[in-house]
Amino acid sequence: MKGVNVALGAAGLAAFLALGEAVPRLGLVKEAYFPPTSRIAGALADEVTDSAFWQALGDTLTGWALGLAIAVCAGVVAGVVVSIVPYLREATASTIEFLRPIPSVALIPLAVLLYGTELRSVLLLVVYASFWQVLIQTLYGVQDVDPVAEETARSYGLGTWARVRHVLWPTALPYVMTGVRLAAAVALILAITAELVIGAPGLGQQIAVAQTSQAVPEMYALIVVAGLLGLLINVGARTVERRALAWHQSVRGEVAV
Amino acid sequence: MGRLLLRLLFVVALPVVLVAVWWAASAGSTDPFWPPLRTILDTFPEVWTADRLRTDVVPSILRLLAGYATAALVGVALGTVIGSYRTVRAVCEPVLEFLRAVPPPVLVPVIMLFAGIGDGMKIVVIASGCVWPILLNTVEGVRAVDSVMLETARSYGVTGLARLRHLVLRSASPQIFAGLRQALSIGIILMVISEMFAANNGIGFTVVQFQRSFAIPDMWTGILVLGLLGFLLSVVFQLVERRVLGWYHGLRATTRRS
Repeated sequence: MKGVNVALGAAGLAAFLALGEAVPRLGLVKEAYFPPTSRIAGALADEVTDSAFWQALGDTLTGWALGLAIAVCAGVVAGVVVSIVPYLREATASTIEFLRPIPSVALIPLAVLLYGTELRSVLLLVVYASFWQVLIQTLYGVQDVDPVAEETARSYGLGTWARVRHVLWPTALPYVMTGVRLAAAVALILAITAELVIGAPGLGQQIAVAQTSQAVPEMYALIVVAGLLGLLINVGARTVERRALAWHQSVRGEVAV
Repeated sequence: MGRLLLRLLFVVALPVVLVAVWWAASAGSTDPFWPPLRTILDTFPEVWTADRLRTDVVPSILRLLAGYATAALVGVALGTVIGSYRTVRAVCEPVLEFLRAVPPPVLVPVIMLFAGIGDGMKIVVIASGCVWPILLNTVEGVRAVDSVMLETARSYGVTGLARLRHLVLRSASPQIFAGLRQALSIGIILMVISEMFAANNGIGFTVVQFQRSFAIPDMWTGILVLGLLGFLLSVVFQLVERRVLGWYHGLRATTRRS
């Protein structure tokens, strides 16, 4: 069954690539706007031999990883603290509900003024956008703690830290992992957006440069790279999630999510 | 009564404290980038006049709604088809996963090539970014329709459109709404970015214009407007969701209690 699915998927992918080759060649869209697959592949091959491309890829990944790491740490710590300190949750709920939907791109003009095209501009946007994903999931997760388990731990005389470590954290972890997975995808979007719009060094900036210099196949090649990067991050985040939660019902029970 | 007051206190206390801190901390600010909150609030009514609302805010919102609605229609329709047939799903899955993984803002330069820099371009950009979460969540939702219910519907002769409406879309709707929610925030991002790139009106365009001309308090009011817009849209979305998914949340609450 699985083999059949892989074969069908490969067929679909091949058909997609063939379509990309055929449509411009048949003149359905202008080649200048939408180059055939083979020319994009050629441009991609050129890019891969260019050291500037690897530099840009590295810059994008640095912004992504650093921003994600800061957001995850801050989100988890803030989430746990807000949940275990009495009344803090009620007191922060309205503020969180208000700040969360503010689109992070609204901060672009501010980032430009404060940091120009530095890495810090990218980080500002990435951290703001992905922090909420982690925070909200952590809050949900901590709320899910079984009161019986909590009371049991208390009656065995476990201190606050031990309760956080042995009761709260295992309960919240699946939620946190979902938050990290969402945050990883959001962080990539914002990193590339910041580069594209602000001009911070990275893949997004290369795409903007390719666009303004009419290098259409190169632009498509870079977009393909951005897509592959996103795909890798999605698959990687899922793998990490499955590893970290190997002990958990949802993974052991094998209901593929 | 006392309890209600206490809850109200909890809701407003922190926001009030934060605004007060911002007010006090920025009051004597001479840093050009962090103008006093007072100045920002004074500038607000000057900048966002009725005229400006008509020429910038309304076009932005209309483009967002047009793109979002298109994405919702296309996403749910295609998602239902793909989710209903196992073979179609297997063929499409890798391609869809790739297309979803492409960060939506990079579509702006591509779509500019085809559609120029008019309203059409922005609507297409918004739609093409929003469609993936809706599409993939619909596929998942339709796939997970209870097979016993499907069989029951069949044996009662519920087929065609009635089956689609009352069973398939209904039971997929929690998933579809999860997708719509993700798409909403992507939509706002794309609305702003498409206007930052090339436009002659819109909120994103105006904010960048202010920033480039170093009209800093005006720029801050633009940021506030974008924040308010995001907040309002999310409130509206929650209201709609609570209405449409009322049956589902009720069901969940009942099963949890038992």
